[in-house]
Amino acid sequence: MNDYAFFLWGSYGVAALCIFLEIYFLNRKNK
Amino acid sequence: MTSDLFRFAAPQAFFPLAGKLIPWFAALAGMLALAGLYVAFFVAPTDATQGEAYRIIFIHVPAAWMSMFIYLVMAGWAGFGLAMNTRLSGMMASALAPTGAMFTFLALWTGALWGKPTWGTYWAWDARMTSELILLFLYLGFIALKGAIQDPARADRAGAILALVGVVNIPIIYFSVQWWNTLHQGASVSLTRAPSMAMTMLAGMLLMALAAWMYSIAVTLARLRGIILERERDAEWVRLQRSAA
Repeated sequence: MNDYAFFLWGSYGVAALCIFLEIYFLNRKNK
Repeated sequence: MTSDLFRFAAPQAFFPLAGKLIPWFAALAGMLALAGLYVAFFVAPTDATQGEAYRIIFIHVPAAWMSMFIYLVMAGWAGFGLAMNTRLSGMMASALAPTGAMFTFLALWTGALWGKPTWGTYWAWDARMTSELILLFLYLGFIALKGAIQDPARADRAGAILALVGVVNIPIIYFSVQWWNTLHQGASVSLTRAPSMAMTMLAGMLLMALAAWMYSIAVTLARLRGIILERERDAEWVRLQRSAA
């Protein structure tokens, strides 16, 4: 698992960040 | 029944309906994603040749599917609006575009991070990847074009034409792995053949894909509500809504 940690975290981490940013800006625009 | 459905083509009627639907789709998305991630990391076995790196596909494949599907839906609404002159259709297309662009970016990004350990490179100019990159530019172009035109009706018409022309790219992405000799592998999941992977891997991927669907619906409806309020701000019902709030 450790050999691939960078690639797995890089994928799932950025996906989580994208979703967070999308929802964050969604709420800001609706206010 | 049909007249009931058509009633929701009016932004005024669709606005409260969307508001009621959002929490349900958001809750479903959350539950499906939790189940999907559990299967992806704790149930699905380690791949014989790719080791743990293959677990990226649980986000890569659903993101790639959504990137293409959302484009088709977006172009469908944009085209419908162009033909029928319905106000809500153009707004629906605008609401879908950022989510589609987000999934396209994720498909490219996770694909690069999967490619490095398995292929030895983050990027190759092969047909699948290049056409997916063009899809990202189509989304960004659609958003930019609509944003650049002040009159919403004209923006909808211009955007619709761009979206419809871009549809030609979708079959190119989908069939690129068959038409050309690409570095990218062929489809592992197809409606006509048995899947070429372990059932638990497939289950995890489908759960994540369903979660991505529900998430897209929830986010698009929320964005649509914002767009409706913005465009209809001078309408009587929006003013009443505002004074009531």
